[in-house]
Amino acid sequence: MSKYRTRSNAPIFWGLFGAGGMLSALFVPMMIFITGIAVPLGFLLPAGTMSYPKMLAFAQNFIGKGFIFAIISLSLWFCVHRVYHSLHEFGIHAGMGAKLLCYGIAMLVTVVCAVGLLGLGF
Amino acid sequence: MSENHKIIEIEVLRYNPESDEEPHLEVYKVPFTDDMSVLQGAQYIKDNFDGSLTFRWSCRMAICGSCGMMINGIPKLSCETFLRDYYPNRIRIEALAHFPIEKDLVVDLSGFIEKLEAIQPYIIPKEPKTLAEGEYLQTPKEFNAYIQFTSCINCTLCYAACPQFGLNPDFIGPAAMALLHRYNMDSRDGASASRMELVASEEGVYNCSAVGYCSEVCPKHVDPASAVNINKANAAKDYFLRFLSPKGGSK
Amino acid sequence: MSKRKPYVRSMDGWWKKNPYFVEYMIHESTALFVAAYCLVLLVGVIRLGQGEAAWNGWLAAMQSPLSVLCHLVLLAGAVYHTYSWFKILPITMPPVIVGGKKMAPEALTGTALAVAAAAGLALLALVWRIAL
Repeated sequence: MSKYRTRSNAPIFWGLFGAGGMLSALFVPMMIFITGIAVPLGFLLPAGTMSYPKMLAFAQNFIGKGFIFAIISLSLWFCVHRVYHSLHEFGIHAGMGAKLLCYGIAMLVTVVCAVGLLGLGF
Repeated sequence: MSENHKIIEIEVLRYNPESDEEPHLEVYKVPFTDDMSVLQGAQYIKDNFDGSLTFRWSCRMAICGSCGMMINGIPKLSCETFLRDYYPNRIRIEALAHFPIEKDLVVDLSGFIEKLEAIQPYIIPKEPKTLAEGEYLQTPKEFNAYIQFTSCINCTLCYAACPQFGLNPDFIGPAAMALLHRYNMDSRDGASASRMELVASEEGVYNCSAVGYCSEVCPKHVDPASAVNINKANAAKDYFLRFLSPKGGSK
Repeated sequence: MSKRKPYVRSMDGWWKKNPYFVEYMIHESTALFVAAYCLVLLVGVIRLGQGEAAWNGWLAAMQSPLSVLCHLVLLAGAVYHTYSWFKILPITMPPVIVGGKKMAPEALTGTALAVAAAAGLALLALVWRIAL
């Protein structure tokens, strides 16, 4: 079986997928609990935890900004990678179009997120 | 056989390429004793009901890797799977999933054999030594790094367990990757870079989506899923660092 | 002439045929839950940039019973993602050698889940500190 083989460019997408999967596995459950359940219900955390000045300060902080960006952007890369593979697994061989659409969504979210966060200033 | 025969129904997926358009199921009522394997059940059918029933077997002791089949939908070696564990229910046996059926329970393994060849399954020394220079020494620690991956008996149950191989028959697949990893991990071998072309290719490790069922069904605990996934990291390293290292991978 | 005519079986519905594959598909789908939450968060980032009134509107929307209910569902999905991500860690990462022996899969998954719990609690503690 000596034939010419094309190198796969999967490592780029696989790397983003792995980083997103790992980061979201570590932090997303607690983030959902905080922003989606505890704070809206005024439960456990002090009142005003997510008040405008506090959240703005958090998102203007270099580390806070980076954390939000990494969670949102990488989680999307993680998700679209799985969706793209699932299409193949369900027997939908949509080819390049599906690939562009899936990874395009993640790219779009990355750009929107970056612009949004940079717009908040430092 | 003992005096009190129990009867188990064995449903077999039959396919005769000379007369059939597609496979069909046939049921046989097989008398069995508690010590009878599924393989012996198939042999009973061949000897008593239909001599044309075709299946592979050799050692009857889970070492030759010939008698793999789908048993109630799960890839197993039929020689170490016992009829008593299924009785009184009907048992269904089919050719290993994901491979083309040649006849009855025999599958076409030529694709797998080509893959085994493609991985260069032999030690390619870092520096060739003459006889006078002596043997290649290895410490127990170096030996432990690859010994697990030498246990493969090429039964291909892992391919029958791998949906990604079913979806893309070009995928190098679990067993071939486990054997490739076995040579890469051997301290006497120096050919990892030349095997990388295959690992990092479109047919390579990134077809795997970490289902993990291959390692689950492996009768020899080779853990091929681990071999495949370790090489995703290796291939990624090669992809991003190939321009830095003088040897590099391929292309 | 060859009498060979190898028969290739269809892969249609393969993922329904084995409980192992059903579980695989379920854990794969958890990515959708994670991404849905991240899109909610992205809206939050945009609203934050639009000023205090917009941000308070987002906070109010998060307080609706429907939103809380949705987040409970997302939480369940995200927790299952964490569990399944670390469940397959023993095959997705190189073996961890402890004291010359390969770490058992259960021990590795257990350790990783403990690390995940610690990471979550550290995040909660950090948010608490910022809030006070």
